[in-house]
Amino acid sequence: MSDLLLSARSLTKRFGGLAAVNDVSVDLFRDHIHAVIGPNGAGKSTLTNLLSGDLPPTSGSITLNGTETAGHSPESISRLGLGRSYQKTNIFLPFTVWDNVRLAAQSRERHWPWNPLRWIGSAQAMAGVNQRCERAIELAGLTHRSQTVAGTTSHGEQRQLEIAMTLATEPTVLLLDEPLAGMGQAEAESMIALLQKLKKDHAMMLVEHDMDAVFSLADQLTVMVNGQVIASGTPAEVRSDPLVQAAYLGEDHA
Amino acid sequence: MSSPKAQLEKLPRSVQVLLALGAVALAAFPLVPSDSADFYLQMLSQMMILAIFAMSLDLLQGVSGLVSLGHAAYFGLAGYALAFLTPADTPISLWWALPVSALGAGLAALVIGFFVVRTHGIYFIMVTMAFAQMVFFLFFDNKELGGSDGLYVNFRPDATLFGWAGIDLENKTTFYYFTLAMLVAVYAFLRRLLFSPFGRVLAGIRVNEHRMRAVGYGTFGYKLAAFTLAGTLAGVAGFLWAAQTGFVNPDLMGFHMSAHAIMMVILGGMGNFAGAIVGAFAFEYVMHFFKDLTKHWQLLMGGFIVLVVVFAPRGLLGLSEKFQRRRGVNSDE
Amino acid sequence: MDFANFLIQLLNSLQYGLLLFMLAAGLTLIFGIMGVVNLAHGSFYMLGAYLAWFLASQFDSLVLAIVVGTLLAVALGWALEWLLFRHFYHRDHLDQVLLTFGLIYIFEEVRSILWGDDVHSVPVPELVNWSIPLTDNLSYPVYRLVISAVCVALALGLYLLISKTRLGMKIRAGAFNREMTEALGINIRLIHGVVFALGVALAAIAGMIASPISSVYPGMGSSVLIMCFVVVVIGGIGSVRGALVAALMVGLVDTFGKVLLPQIAGMAVYMLMAGVLLYKPEGLFKQ
Repeated sequence: MSDLLLSARSLTKRFGGLAAVNDVSVDLFRDHIHAVIGPNGAGKSTLTNLLSGDLPPTSGSITLNGTETAGHSPESISRLGLGRSYQKTNIFLPFTVWDNVRLAAQSRERHWPWNPLRWIGSAQAMAGVNQRCERAIELAGLTHRSQTVAGTTSHGEQRQLEIAMTLATEPTVLLLDEPLAGMGQAEAESMIALLQKLKKDHAMMLVEHDMDAVFSLADQLTVMVNGQVIASGTPAEVRSDPLVQAAYLGEDHA
Repeated sequence: MSSPKAQLEKLPRSVQVLLALGAVALAAFPLVPSDSADFYLQMLSQMMILAIFAMSLDLLQGVSGLVSLGHAAYFGLAGYALAFLTPADTPISLWWALPVSALGAGLAALVIGFFVVRTHGIYFIMVTMAFAQMVFFLFFDNKELGGSDGLYVNFRPDATLFGWAGIDLENKTTFYYFTLAMLVAVYAFLRRLLFSPFGRVLAGIRVNEHRMRAVGYGTFGYKLAAFTLAGTLAGVAGFLWAAQTGFVNPDLMGFHMSAHAIMMVILGGMGNFAGAIVGAFAFEYVMHFFKDLTKHWQLLMGGFIVLVVVFAPRGLLGLSEKFQRRRGVNSDE
Repeated sequence: MDFANFLIQLLNSLQYGLLLFMLAAGLTLIFGIMGVVNLAHGSFYMLGAYLAWFLASQFDSLVLAIVVGTLLAVALGWALEWLLFRHFYHRDHLDQVLLTFGLIYIFEEVRSILWGDDVHSVPVPELVNWSIPLTDNLSYPVYRLVISAVCVALALGLYLLISKTRLGMKIRAGAFNREMTEALGINIRLIHGVVFALGVALAAIAGMIASPISSVYPGMGSSVLIMCFVVVVIGGIGSVRGALVAALMVGLVDTFGKVLLPQIAGMAVYMLMAGVLLYKPEGLFKQ
């Protein structure tokens, strides 16, 4: 059994009277891809926000790499080894692709305030940062676009940049929110290949609507409807679960 | 305030040349014989001091995206610090008074920043204004602190160091060159800061603070550091102002002073410090021009400001960049 | 402090707080619904006061002056929104700050040209120019009570407008989701014009009714603007209820602060604001 890197137990998030996430538990293991699927409004993005620290849970616990993180700030959770990509592209549009990823990579440098290099040294001359940056860009397949301003790249390239930034902090746990959103056939295939490659040494949670991709990538599947988990197991188990068929996949997939 | 406006950071060759020429012109100015030399020396000294003040605000506003309507508080506090430190009958040492005044202003910025930096957007604008007013009233209402009349700075600071007489700041020309040197030094420091690891983080916070937090930056700490540093540099400017004019009053910390600084930064173009210098000189020049023109200069000033916002929201440097791009000249990368 | 003095200070707090509320309500509505910050809001207060002084001396009646003044203020607000502000709803806060600061200069100069820079006093209307005796040698001016009553009436009117009328419903919808409201065919531009004019009118009326007790002087706009901002920060942007609660709090802290601790009187309100910011950086009643 691989390592359990992130474990969420009985997570609930209420907004007023509405429970957007209701008693949801999820485990993420190293070398595994755990996909979370469900119709729009099922609470998948809210769940991702709870795990990444963008929202504090109303109740429940989250253990990341051995530390309890429910309600912690996004920056402290990121530092504990979690990387998150966003469904709605969340990059630095006026900066080049290189500068986008470089900033993410720089966050792992421990420059102390009394080190003058932090204030008057050149940011582009940080060797360790540059290495991490180059590696992340290469993984995401954007090396040839490094010097392009992010705001002028195509939608698919921006999704790739989204992943590159997530990888630049060298996280052990990856939360990927619809990485394939809006992608054409060829781009989606590259992204799927990348996600396969990333499986090694990472624990991954994938929120996706593209069912073909999900079934080809996922080792574990969790189905959410109206904030609750209605099924969780291997793709084969979930596919044949009558509850899931009725609620989500439709009779055609039986 | 996370609008991702592409900002001019690397200066195009033309602007670099302009700045260099400007520096040479400023350095050469006292050598030109003139009847009203004293008047112009004073005017230019004040413009240079305000340029330092504007640059300190640019660090906050242009680079970090934090619009402070209360930046003058730190400018004024350092000026008052010099006034308090200077005894009635002898000058205070420059090497002691300048750091203490600037760091005092920085400390005030740190304390106020602690409350203010936790707010965002329009709240940040309002609370910075409110705290600056608090400082204003602290001095305005208390006779012991000078009250509404203000205080005199009886002597310019003494630049003697270990017995070496060095420079005499009471000499107008010497003080002018000292101010010019400070302007160049602060500019050089801020330009390096802009491209340093710290500066890049601030730029990232301006463009997308949410993502910065998501990749692991403690943005509160960075913003507070920027706020404190900006306050300290504003203190340097305030110290020089008090030394130059020999007088401080609560208006130095007032709302108009803060708003003028914002306008200087916007007028010149934000985020590269060169714009702040250009803006400070341009703004002061325009204001003097209008004041000489008519008693109702405020009408012209107000109209001028409205026109700038409507037609040139990225300031003079932004206009020049647009103009160059139209002519097909590529700005240097 | 004995009871009579306490009562006087309490009534003064109430009156000051309610006046602040008139200003803060307009500012918070305009910001909450149109997203525009208006530094010139204090100028409307100042213009209202000068207008009241001028018209009162023409008509020999403060009441008539206030009625006419209100109509003029509504017209001014409507015109400003139509000509200028509506083009700035989508602009940076920074641009708005700059624009409205330019307007402050312009308004100051317009006032200077029209009415000069002198300080003026406005006579209290005869009907309410007496005092209620509280003790042997203390009494409370009825006009101050009138001010509070007018503010309460306007506050009530505002509440009824926003919660009970169709217009109010549209205003609330526009605050909640502008695009959707437009898509539903509601004339959002009309709403914006109404809200802006309302905000300007409230500020001007505050200036007008306060003129007999505060007198009319050039700097009155900026001093009230700061307090107004403090109220909006404490109350929470967009919340009229928050503005009321905060305005009363500020009224109390400022008035009693000046009486009990004159040394730090000017700072008391800011300390209140700092305290609120520590616990609720977005104000007490932020939506």
